Amino acid sequence: MNRGPAGGAVSRRDFLRVGAAGGGGLLLGFALPAGGWGAGRGAGQSTAAFQPNAFIRIDRQGVVTLVMHKVEMGQGTYTAMPMLLAEELEVELSDVRLEHAPPDDARYAEPLFGVQQTGGSASVRGNWVPLRRAGAVARTLLIAAAAATWHVDPASCHATGGAVIHDPTGRRLRYGELVDRAAGLPAPRSVSLKDPKNFRLIGTPVKRLDARAKVDGTAQFGIDIRLPGMKIATLATCPVFGGTLAGVDPGPALAIAGVRQVVPLHDAVAVVADHMWAAKQGLGALAIRWNEGPNAHLATADIVRALAQASEREGVVARREGDVERAMASAARKIEAAYEVPFLAHATLEPVNCTVRLGPDGCELWLGTQVPTFVQTAAARVTGLPKDKVQVHNHLLGGGFGRRLEVDFVVRAVEIAKQVSGPVKVVWTREEDLQHDMYRPYYYDRLAAGLDDQGAPTAWTHRVVGSSILARVSSELFPKNLRVIRAVGLRQLVATVKGLDVDAVEGAAEPPYTLPNIRVDYVRQEPPDIPTAFWRGVGPTHNIFVVESFIDELAAATKHDPFEYRRRLLGASPRAKRVLELAADASGWGRSLPAGQGRGIALLHGFGSYIAQVADVVVSPRGDVRVTRVVCAVDCGTIVNPDTVRAQMEGGIIFGITGVLFGEITIKDGR
Amino acid sequence: MITLHVNGATRMVDVPPGMPLLWVLRDVIGLTGTKFGCGMALCGACTVHVDGQPVRSCVTPVATLSGKRVTTIEAIGGTPSGARAQQAWLDLDVVQCGYCQSGQIMSAAALLARTPRPSDADIDRAMAGNICRCGTYVRIRAAIKRASQTGGRA
Repeated sequence: MNRGPAGGAVSRRDFLRVGAAGGGGLLLGFALPAGGWGAGRGAGQSTAAFQPNAFIRIDRQGVVTLVMHKVEMGQGTYTAMPMLLAEELEVELSDVRLEHAPPDDARYAEPLFGVQQTGGSASVRGNWVPLRRAGAVARTLLIAAAAATWHVDPASCHATGGAVIHDPTGRRLRYGELVDRAAGLPAPRSVSLKDPKNFRLIGTPVKRLDARAKVDGTAQFGIDIRLPGMKIATLATCPVFGGTLAGVDPGPALAIAGVRQVVPLHDAVAVVADHMWAAKQGLGALAIRWNEGPNAHLATADIVRALAQASEREGVVARREGDVERAMASAARKIEAAYEVPFLAHATLEPVNCTVRLGPDGCELWLGTQVPTFVQTAAARVTGLPKDKVQVHNHLLGGGFGRRLEVDFVVRAVEIAKQVSGPVKVVWTREEDLQHDMYRPYYYDRLAAGLDDQGAPTAWTHRVVGSSILARVSSELFPKNLRVIRAVGLRQLVATVKGLDVDAVEGAAEPPYTLPNIRVDYVRQEPPDIPTAFWRGVGPTHNIFVVESFIDELAAATKHDPFEYRRRLLGASPRAKRVLELAADASGWGRSLPAGQGRGIALLHGFGSYIAQVADVVVSPRGDVRVTRVVCAVDCGTIVNPDTVRAQMEGGIIFGITGVLFGEITIKDGR
Repeated sequence: MITLHVNGATRMVDVPPGMPLLWVLRDVIGLTGTKFGCGMALCGACTVHVDGQPVRSCVTPVATLSGKRVTTIEAIGGTPSGARAQQAWLDLDVVQCGYCQSGQIMSAAALLARTPRPSDADIDRAMAGNICRCGTYVRIRAAIKRASQTGGRA
């Protein structure tokens, strides 16, 4: 789409107010500058005098608004992205306001993926250059405007603290005083980025810009939206995967005070009420009849059996090097293992929700989403409206973890809204959220290694078997979206068309270890009607667990210390070796532990980062596992905000432990 | 009509007596800082204070609150322990997604009011019912300790 929300349509809730400047809601349209960049849609209808690009807007009062095309779900991107912009724009973070971007792939696509989305650990990697450049363009224009005002050489001026200074005379003009002139200037052909040694923000532990609103209750998540005349709905989807609605008598729900309507859908029932309590009571009162369909007796064991059988098939090759068969045949010893990892739910603490106002001429949605343009497309499809009649108001996310990369709940909400008069907020109960999450796939992995007489691997095979998230997602994306194809590259496109799921093998295809003869392949095997989706850390979370477990098996079988065993295989990967050694040193690796305690080490290479961890674990006589300490060493390259990196490691460790110890989702009787 | 005392104001609400306070706050009064997480008192996101004690508003029928004072995250900064907790949360940048943090701060503020110098065991006991999916637990513990050390008035 080619449109931001028109001037008056931007609600106050669209603005995340930040810092000391956050006293009042600022209502600005998406006016573009009179001359120069982009199409001048909406110009003149707002007080935003200067918008050099899609990310920065400065008004005549000098208020700097940074438009966040990435969404904040805890990862700190609403601090990191402003740091990149403000570093080059030369403004203080305390003086900027943040605003959620509207859906617009043309302006806000993630450079690494080609669509506007937040996920895949891409925000800083993908925007490191583009956002600094966006800031530098604005700074360059503001300096040029000041130089023109003073009739001096721009090279004799510099920008700092939201103002331009003329160095020889000390004259000073604030950005707000320069916006009209700057808006009339042509875009610079090129801009120079700051020398990293002059960074004043990047690399420092800047405090989170979203923190205050999150400690005083004013932060607005999607679920917090309130509209005049709004009803609240909650729903039950057929508990058996793939089942449909047979029928429902709305009477018992309608008898409850506050219930307004019962909405039957193809495979679900929603109850619409004045408030969530009535909606929940109403839903509970219904005796819904379901057609349970072919999965009525499905159990986890059936799914595992199908995966195990599929693991006998040849897969699509993700990597093949050397002569694996010969090396395996001539190995001194061969070790094999199979690993299973269960379905896992996202369980975002903010239950899935979406608010819809549907009229004859348009549709507005309020929610927290990692994929605003997908939301727009989905709503357009369900309503039959053109995309430019669908407005998406994004919010802070009460957890994403991949759940909000999906639009299933948007489709549901719009289907319900089609049968309801006036705005409706659809909120899933926690039970519904867990039972109808789109889980991380159940994977079945088979590994084999041939070892030489010293125990080092001379042959390595790894077959990943599981459902393909990427096939489901990319079937909608690849054929028609040139931007995506350009972003992900022809190689990935071809691999995907051939049936390889590059996400499913990420972390398996290229372990950091020296493995001279290696074959990694992928077999797609879908569970019946159980949707699977990206889960925090995506492919690597599954594969690192499997690969590192198998490396431990090899070390144990050949009576090597697991740290030394890994270290010897890292000759070609100095960064990996360094974090491994650092984690081992810091943890006191090698020191003896009391009975019932153990210590493990693991290494990860993913998304350009290297991480090693040592975990101390106590196992009680009853078999309860307790992780008492984790030592973590990280090399993530250039760091924008070290405190955010630390926070992500702390949180990721706990998320991982939770998944391993408590996260298993099982299926019985198709539910 | 039910009379509620919320954050120092008296509110008349026309709701069923069995309706949990959570939905009265969020859907009727419009105080959305108190969060819905599970509806079964399992996650702590909905924690508020009733006469200074932390309660799970998702399982607290409004009819039980007659004559009692309800304090939510929107007003907890007006209490010394709430203000200290909020400041410590900011000092240590505890929050990530932030959705659970209203409940975390309400539980922490109640703990600090009751036990100004909580031990690790006190913290575990008071905070065990508050889930954070982002995994900010390490910082929550550190922030409570920090708040306890700032002591006295916030």
